Amino acid sequence: MSARHFVHPTAILRHAALLSSGTLILVPFVWMLSLSLKPPGEIFGASFSLLPHHWYAVENYQRALTSAPLLRYMANGLIVCAAILALQIAVCAPAGYALAKLRFKGRDVIFALVLIGLLLPHQVLSLPLFILGYQLNILNTYAALIFPYVVSPFGIFLFRQFFKTIPDDVVHAARLDGLPEISIVWRIMVPMALPAVIAFSIFSVVSHWNDLFWPLIAVRSEELMPPPLGIMAFRNEEAGNDYGPLMAAATLVVLPLVLAFVAAQRWFVEGLTGGAVK
Amino acid sequence: MKNRRLRSNRLMETLAAWVLVGPAVALLVVLFFVPVGAVFLIALTDWQFGARTLNFIGLANFREVFSDPGFRASLANTVIYVLIVVPGTVLAGLLVALLIESGKSLRTFYRAIHFVPFMATLTAMAIAWEALLHPTIGLVNQTLGALGLPTANWLRDEATVLPVLAAIGIWQNLGFSMVLFLAGLKSIPRDLYDAADIDGADSWLDRLRTVTLPMLGPVTMFVVIVVALRAFEAFDTVKVLTQGGPGHASEVLLFTLYRESFEYLRTGYGAAVAVVFLVIVMVLTLSQARVMDNRVHYQ
Amino acid sequence: MATVSIDTISKRYGETVVLRDVSLSIGDGEFLTLLGPSGCGKSTLLRIIAGLEVHDGGSVSIGERVVDHLRPKLRDVAMVFQSYALYPHMTVAGNMALPLRMRRLRAWQRLPLVGRMLPGTRKADAEIETEVSRTAKALGIGHLLGRKPGQLSGGQRQRVAVGRAMVRRPAIFLMDEPLSNLDAKLRVQMRAEIKELHQRLGITFIYVTHDQAEAMTLSDRVAVMLDGELLQVAPPQEIYADPDDRRIAEFIGSPKINMLDAIAREHGLVDVAGTTLAIEADALPGTPLALGIRPEAFQLTEYGGTGALTGAVRLVEHMGSDLFVHLDLPGADHPLIARLLAERAPTITPGQTLHLGVRPDRVLLFAPDGRRLRPRRDAVAPVTSLREYGR
Repeated sequence: MSARHFVHPTAILRHAALLSSGTLILVPFVWMLSLSLKPPGEIFGASFSLLPHHWYAVENYQRALTSAPLLRYMANGLIVCAAILALQIAVCAPAGYALAKLRFKGRDVIFALVLIGLLLPHQVLSLPLFILGYQLNILNTYAALIFPYVVSPFGIFLFRQFFKTIPDDVVHAARLDGLPEISIVWRIMVPMALPAVIAFSIFSVVSHWNDLFWPLIAVRSEELMPPPLGIMAFRNEEAGNDYGPLMAAATLVVLPLVLAFVAAQRWFVEGLTGGAVK
Repeated sequence: MKNRRLRSNRLMETLAAWVLVGPAVALLVVLFFVPVGAVFLIALTDWQFGARTLNFIGLANFREVFSDPGFRASLANTVIYVLIVVPGTVLAGLLVALLIESGKSLRTFYRAIHFVPFMATLTAMAIAWEALLHPTIGLVNQTLGALGLPTANWLRDEATVLPVLAAIGIWQNLGFSMVLFLAGLKSIPRDLYDAADIDGADSWLDRLRTVTLPMLGPVTMFVVIVVALRAFEAFDTVKVLTQGGPGHASEVLLFTLYRESFEYLRTGYGAAVAVVFLVIVMVLTLSQARVMDNRVHYQ
Repeated sequence: MATVSIDTISKRYGETVVLRDVSLSIGDGEFLTLLGPSGCGKSTLLRIIAGLEVHDGGSVSIGERVVDHLRPKLRDVAMVFQSYALYPHMTVAGNMALPLRMRRLRAWQRLPLVGRMLPGTRKADAEIETEVSRTAKALGIGHLLGRKPGQLSGGQRQRVAVGRAMVRRPAIFLMDEPLSNLDAKLRVQMRAEIKELHQRLGITFIYVTHDQAEAMTLSDRVAVMLDGELLQVAPPQEIYADPDDRRIAEFIGSPKINMLDAIAREHGLVDVAGTTLAIEADALPGTPLALGIRPEAFQLTEYGGTGALTGAVRLVEHMGSDLFVHLDLPGADHPLIARLLAERAPTITPGQTLHLGVRPDRVLLFAPDGRRLRPRRDAVAPVTSLREYGR
């Protein structure tokens, strides 16, 4: 009975196991950070230490920011992610509302289309989308990075599911108050579905910030590259063996999402796994 | 009169619905369904990007794809990759989830640590992995060397490159399966463990066998399929670290699709690869729906 | 078969005290019910007896054995849970066989596939199967053995849960609100079946419920719990008619007992609601008392005055054979409810003034601290005569 107050040996084992697996998981991050602080001599030296003898952080990060347009890449990522997210919500929320709350001919067919869209791996579509972008003459512009993602089947699905949980009476009351359907969507449903909006936003931003496949196809000029493509280009042309600045650049690319994750862990876990659960 | 009002109300509702859903439907058709149809069509032609003419050549592209040793290697590599990543991710995720759930302290902390790789930009992390795996200055070889164990040029050796990429895949997806398992564990009613205690299944192994694992059945099935889908879509690490090499040793389907379509501009061939890829993914997804409906749902 | 004795058990979760020095002994073969509102600690006490929860102080014995440090499986108890807690992935047969398999087969014999080939496994499995099907037949679920819990109705699941507990013939049968997930009709039926089961098995039952009807109909004795304290342990009739504590009187009975503010006077009299009743109170004159009268303890009388309560009818509820009459008494802040036989009280209408005679031997007096004040023995005789006089 009194044993409860002491730390049980199994609890120690649990912590030991989880701390070691957690450490292993974090090794790439730590190594990346560690190299980004070291001068080339230490990186290529035989001895190993986590922290540098001579701090070289300023030089490395400075080079990362100047010799590659890293800030430009990140601004590109921000612009593209924001545009995609805004357009997705603008398109998907009304559609989700119509599918959840309105009765009309063709609703089931449309929902079936959404479900099929949900199953399609996006990379399969890349070739026709590339051709479409070529025809529209928008390849190698921001538009090329954005247009394939303007509509998200997952977004429509998620909004529909969430709107369905809002009682019909809310919609009826709003109609009696004289709100047109479009205002019901934006002024009643979306604010009430804020958790779904947040979850979807995280899902969308994380996916598109991290995406390499489509930007690789859609843009060539350096000033349009989002972070993953940019850092790849940086590595290929520049760094070769110059690990310090490269790791500094990698750290800077990974940092925004990791910081956001630390700040809003629960939302990230929900947004990123909810995407799979549904 | 009343009937007419009703009918006009109906009409208004339909009209409003189409106004709301119209843009989404139009975009879905243009950005999803037309392209899918186009992929199938292109796969049946000899069209090359930029060419003015095209001829239907039946299944010739598919014949070429399947007789191409490069593609066969790619398909085999993908399967091997998936067969390593899926069990690795599922087991590791389950183990970590069980460990986290077996105690009360620091749960969110451990969950966070294990989840970070899932959302970190994989392209950047691949570069970090490259540094770790560097044959001379990488931490991996330095550690192995210090322990007196054999070292390798991990990403340049045909024998090691695919398992190493798979290990990175497990590293990235483990947190994801862990979170799903944690949710699964949370939903197991406490009463069942109490009943197991009273029935005499009270060692951790018996509890695991009697309650935990069977109750995780549906989640496990789900995790397997979702992780398999993610593993089939592996691309970033291959593109950054190996370009499919050495030889074809680390070429996977999506990389082949990319290279044939957009680097070699073999459009018909690329489309055929896309169709094969699509079929595999669809079969997997549909089998998931099938299995979930039939077997693992207890209630 | 075994007795259970609980000795000054205490339990707290952090700052909240869940059980406060609870002591109780339960006889061999007795049906004892732990009754109380939710949160009173009754389920915690049951789980402590089962060994699912660890208590902070005191001790539990089953038979002659102190079981404080024994795991649940070594205590020879079986339990039926409110949610039934059936293993959804196992068939009914599998569910019922599990406790036997865990006890009779060794770990390696329980391995899938391999286990069957080991010596002794087949024989033991066959025996288990026979016992399971015998128990299932006795419970009327023999035809369900191949089904999974998900395919069963609520009542069938309940029987399976009982079967799983029964099959290994435990010394003690623990039931935690086993009927609360059933609909009203089924609940009455299963209640009777549990009673029958107890009679047939003849072993000790400890039953937790918040439903007084279940407690009253099933139990040999009822233990009433409130706020982590055991207030009274007695046969159902006694709990109802002769409660030790005001809280018990108020918890048991529907409609609720009427509680009136009263003042003790000399010569075995009590002032209440503008009248005087002849009740021998064991209290100094002038003490404020609470006077409890069950709704059915009233009788219509023609005249008011001593021995009767007089008030205006506020509301009449027809319940078929009975009437519930709500009566406003002078000086009382809420109406009194009397349950009268419909045939004896033909035409009562709201607004009418009514005199209700009270049988003093059915009046319950409580001290300001809620303690019951029992009448002195010698006070009983004049009481009856006074009532006669009142008519």
